Amino acid sequence: MRALKAILVASALIPAAHAGAADLEVTHWWTSGGEAAAVKELAKAFDATGNKWVDGAIAGSGGTARPIMISRITGGDPMGATQFNHGRQAQELVEAGLMRDLSDVAAKGKWKEIIKPASLLDSCTIDGKIYCAPVNIHSWQWLWLSNAAFKKAGVDVPKNWNEFVAAGPALQKAGIQPLAIGGQPWQATGAFDTLIISLGGKDLYMKVFKDKDAKAAAGPEVAKIFKAADDARKMAQGTNVQDWNQATNMVITGKAAGQIMGDWAQGEFQLAGQKAGTDYTCLPGLGLNQYLTAGGDAFYFPKLKDAAKSKAQDVLAETIVDPKVQVAFNLKKGSLPIRGDVDLSAANDCMKKGLEVLAKGNILSSTDQLLSPDTQKQKEDLFSQFFANPSMTAEAAQKRFAEIIAAAD
Amino acid sequence: MRSDAPAGRPNQLFRNLNSKIALIPMMLVALVVFLGGTVWTVVYSFTNSKLLPRLKFVGLEQYERLWDAPRWIISIQNLAIYGILSLIFSLVIGFVLAALMDQKIRFENTFRTIFLYPFALSFIVTGLVWQWVLNPEYGVQFIVRSLGFTSFQFDPLYNADIVIYGILIAGLWQGTGLVMCLMLAGLRGIDEDIWKAARVDGIPMWRTYIFIIIPMMRPVFITTLVLIASSIVKVYDLVVAQTSGGPGIASEVPAKYVYDYMFQAQNLGQGFAASTMMLITVAIIVIPWAYLEFGGKKRG
Repeated sequence: MRALKAILVASALIPAAHAGAADLEVTHWWTSGGEAAAVKELAKAFDATGNKWVDGAIAGSGGTARPIMISRITGGDPMGATQFNHGRQAQELVEAGLMRDLSDVAAKGKWKEIIKPASLLDSCTIDGKIYCAPVNIHSWQWLWLSNAAFKKAGVDVPKNWNEFVAAGPALQKAGIQPLAIGGQPWQATGAFDTLIISLGGKDLYMKVFKDKDAKAAAGPEVAKIFKAADDARKMAQGTNVQDWNQATNMVITGKAAGQIMGDWAQGEFQLAGQKAGTDYTCLPGLGLNQYLTAGGDAFYFPKLKDAAKSKAQDVLAETIVDPKVQVAFNLKKGSLPIRGDVDLSAANDCMKKGLEVLAKGNILSSTDQLLSPDTQKQKEDLFSQFFANPSMTAEAAQKRFAEIIAAAD
Repeated sequence: MRSDAPAGRPNQLFRNLNSKIALIPMMLVALVVFLGGTVWTVVYSFTNSKLLPRLKFVGLEQYERLWDAPRWIISIQNLAIYGILSLIFSLVIGFVLAALMDQKIRFENTFRTIFLYPFALSFIVTGLVWQWVLNPEYGVQFIVRSLGFTSFQFDPLYNADIVIYGILIAGLWQGTGLVMCLMLAGLRGIDEDIWKAARVDGIPMWRTYIFIIIPMMRPVFITTLVLIASSIVKVYDLVVAQTSGGPGIASEVPAKYVYDYMFQAQNLGQGFAASTMMLITVAIIVIPWAYLEFGGKKRG
C-alpha cells in the first residue's frame, strides 16, 4: 500500500516537474573566485530540479549591478530572479507591485520556523507578505590577519583591534602595508560601521543607526570611533587597489597584514588554499565586542507573465532554502547558513566562531536593513572622502556624519 | 489657417508636404523626448521621488540638500577646472598643431591620422589606457624610476589634490586631434591670396595668423567651441574608467553625481535636482552666447 502510494506520488510529481521546467535567468554580482564557486553550487542544485539556471553575473560589485537590475525590472524586462542585499534595497520595487509574493512557498516550506535569526525573514516581509528568499547571512565585523606578515615583522599575531593598531609601526618598518582597504566607497563605509559596533558596542550602534540619534552621532562616544577611523586610515594609506578581493589578496600574499572585511573574504582565503589558524587569523567583532550584524543576500523574484517560469521561480526559492544547498553554498562562500538545523561539521575555524556568536544570539540588524540606500550612499561619499584625504580632520568628518544621520530615513 | 483661401492657391500648410511629413518623426522626437523629458525632469526635481517617480512636492528641499553636499561642491569645482583648462588647451594645442600641419610638410596624411586616432577611441578605452599610463607601479613613474631617477614621483591619479589634472591629460589626448582637424579644414579654407598679400606687406607669419587668419576662421572656432563645451559638460565615462571618482571623492563630476544618486542611492529627486542644475549652468552659458551670435545678426 505504502509503495503504491509512493509510486502514485512520484508519478504525480514527475509531470509536475516537467510542466514547470524552464530556463530562469538569475542576476547577481558574485564574481570573485570564492563567490563564483558558491554560485556554481546553487546553479547545480537548481539544474538538478530539471530547470535551467541561466547565469547573469554582473561584474563590479553591488553598486554597479543594482542599477542594472533595477532598470531591467522597472523597464519591463525582468529577469527570473535577482540578488539583493536584503533590507531596503528592493523595498520600493515590492511596494510598486513588481515583485512576486512568495508567502505560499514560505508557508509550504515552514520558513517562519526554520529561518534563523528571524530578522532575516522580517526584512523580506512587507505588509505581512514574504517577498524574498534569504540565501546566506553575512556579517561585516571581521578582521582578517596574515600570520606570515606578522611573523616577518617580528610581532605576535594580535588578538584584537587595539593590539593590531599597536603593531602598525612595526609592520610599516618591515615594509608591510598594515591595513588594506580598497578604493571602492562601500569598503571604507563598512570598515567604519564595523568600528562603531566593535569598539563602541551594541547600544551605540543601535542609537546611531536604528534610532538615527543625531546627538549621539555628534557626541564624544562617536568621536572616539572617528579617532579609531583616523588610525585605520593612516594604516591603510597607500593601499592603491580598488576591488575588495584585490585587497584581500594583499593579505593572502602577506603584502598587507590585515583587512576589515565581511565574512565573504573567507571564500578567497579558502580558494587560495589557506588554512584558518595557521595561515590566517580571523577576529570576529575585531576581537572586542562579539556582535555580528546579520545582513546578507536574498533572492527576489520579479513578477513574470510566463506561467512555466513562475513555477520555476517557486522551485528556485525552495532550492535556495534547502538544507543541502545551504551547506554546499555557504561552505564555498564563507558565509553562514540561514537555518540553524543544518550540519556544518565541515565548517572551518572561522565559520565556527561565527556560528558560536550566532548561537549566543549576539546578532544585530545590518546597516543595509536599518538605513535607506540614499543614506548609505551619503555615508559612502563621506567615508571614501575621509579615508582617501588625510587633510580631512576627524572632527569635520564627524560633523558631516551627524548631519547625515539627522537627515536619515 | 488659410483653409478659406480661394481655390487654386496652394495652402501654406501643405507646401513642400513631402519634406514636412519626413520631418515629423524628428519633430516628435525633439518635442517629446528632449523637451518633454526636460520638463518632466525639472518638475520631478521638486518632489521627494525615491526609486520610482511620484508627485509629492517638497519645494526646494532637494536643491538645498544638493548645495549642502560636499560631493556636489567638489563636482562643480572639478568641472570648472576641467572645463576651463580643457577649453583653453584643446583650442591652443589644436590650433598650433593645425598651423604646423599647414606648413606643407611631408607625410602630412600620416601625422593627421596619428593625431586624430585617439578620437576614434571611446572615453572608456581612453580612461583605461591612461589609468595604466599614470599608474605609479607600471606607468610613467615606473619607467622614469627604472631609468635611474629613483626619487621621481608622478602619480596624479592617487593624489587627491591633482587627480583632476590626470583626467584632463587623458581628455586632451583624446580630444585635440579632432580640434586640429577642424582647424586644419578652416586654414585650408583661407584664400592663398591673403597669405600672398600679407607677405607683400611684410607682415611676419605669427602676426598674420593672430590678426588676419584667426578672425577669418571665426565660424570654425565657434563650431569647435560648441563641440568641446558639450563634451565637457557631459564628461562621465572618462572619470568612471580612470578613477571612478577617487581617490575618495576627489575627481567626482556632476554627471556622475546624477547617475549615482538616481540609481545607486535610489533617490530620483536628488538626481533630477542635480541634472536641473547642470541644465541651468549650460543655459547660463549658451543663452547669452546665442543671443550675441544670432540675435545680433538680425539687428545688423
